[in-house]
Amino acid sequence: MKATILAIVWSVLVLVSLGAAATPPGKNANTVAAIVTNNDNADTMRVQGELRFRTNCGRCHAAPHKFPPRMMATIVRHMRVRATITDEDMRLVLFYMTQ
Amino acid sequence: MSAIVEWGPFCTGDWKDYLGYVPRYGWIGDNCHHGEREVYELKSGTRRSPLRRWGQLSSRVPCLFISFLLALLGAETTGAQTPDPEKPVPILSGSAGYFTNVTGGQAQLNPKTSPVLLLPIGDRWLIESRGEFEGDFRRTGGTGAYAGPVNKHLDYFELDYIANRYLTVTTGRFLTPFGIFNERLYPIWIRSLQPDPLIFPIATGSSDGAMLRGGFRLDAKANMNYAAYVSVTSIGLGGVESQRLAGGRVGFFLPGPRIEAGASWQKLLQDERSNAFGFHFAWQPVRLPLNLRSEYARSFQGSGYWIEGAYRLTQVSFWQKAMRHMEIAARAQQFFIGQISYNDAQQYGLPGVSTREGDLGLNYYLHDGLKVAASYGRQFSSDGNLNLWTVGLAYRFAFPLGRLGAQ
Repeated sequence: MKATILAIVWSVLVLVSLGAAATPPGKNANTVAAIVTNNDNADTMRVQGELRFRTNCGRCHAAPHKFPPRMMATIVRHMRVRATITDEDMRLVLFYMTQ
Repeated sequence: MSAIVEWGPFCTGDWKDYLGYVPRYGWIGDNCHHGEREVYELKSGTRRSPLRRWGQLSSRVPCLFISFLLALLGAETTGAQTPDPEKPVPILSGSAGYFTNVTGGQAQLNPKTSPVLLLPIGDRWLIESRGEFEGDFRRTGGTGAYAGPVNKHLDYFELDYIANRYLTVTTGRFLTPFGIFNERLYPIWIRSLQPDPLIFPIATGSSDGAMLRGGFRLDAKANMNYAAYVSVTSIGLGGVESQRLAGGRVGFFLPGPRIEAGASWQKLLQDERSNAFGFHFAWQPVRLPLNLRSEYARSFQGSGYWIEGAYRLTQVSFWQKAMRHMEIAARAQQFFIGQISYNDAQQYGLPGVSTREGDLGLNYYLHDGLKVAASYGRQFSSDGNLNLWTVGLAYRFAFPLGRLGAQ
């Protein structure tokens, strides 16, 4: 039973990792880029970032103050894993929090 | 001069697409011939598991994980890594607090700290770890000096690999993703009420093994998140307990109405080989500074639920300077004892008998990372009814462990 589960998990992980490497990045359309390209406006990004920040981060804790960009980049990576926040939301939140 | 933000093409065949960080941002003059003034480029963006014995760890397990890590490294090297002065910096974060609890008339001093180390590597990797040190000081016989043990615990020590926008792979020791409290609401600076929910020990704690997880947008109105994990060790050593188990959690979040709902499942792969399942629900009304959360859990140890509401008094029209820092919280909960004895239940950190409890609390945020917290609770059970008082201070800290570079 254990061996079966481990074999399945291992197979999935390897396939996923290889898939991640093989996937041309161009195939991952990015909605954030679309938002920004369409509006071409930093204010829009800030508004979107603040909205995503309040929607996602506020689900668990009070709004933190802004940290320096290099710290925010780490915190955002941590929260992406911890709170399973989407890639798009994290990009916008990071943009908003580093302004 | 106008500010123009230019988002680089994420999809031009380099790493920027799925690293999870802001691609390219710059302040550019009205006339682009003036050149860029400044460019940022931020890339890539319980502790009470009751096991009592060391388990036999199959020799195949480390081999499989080593193979997997090699595969990951192979995948990583296929993507170019662009040098960038704005790389994420290692951080020492965490929380510290000091609480006085009075439970049924017996006072307990409870200093605690939970340091969190975040070590980003490259564009997709993150090593993160959290320890917990908690004093449990009481007076013996109700008199004399406060004394007692300092409990130490390794909550997680994990390696995360952000494979793509849909998947993060975690190996090592991680918080068991069952419900939402264990992973997201546990830190003392986050939780609205300091006492743990009665059902908290059910299917939570830490696990040693591997986990797949992620969150992604289903459509404009819904996000989905998931976690699937296997824990391969059975450790009874205090501070690093774990059990052999497998499980998963799936959740849906509606950003519009800010509603989140999900379900968790866990299969114990040892001892009773029992199943546990749970549900969680959270709602943040858009027009109110209100946070509603609840969880239900059921296992052979017992079942129960908690419902909690926290209201920030930012909309109160009087004494606004003080009120906007204040939050009131209330929780109702119930636990029903399962198929275990009184002593076993207490070993698990659960009440020995079916119990009901109501809590009411007040938090005052001196700033976003520092709050004074107080709460009162009343517990009803066949063991006797109790008053639960808590008052204390919770602080969240974060320090960079490297140069921050140009700001």
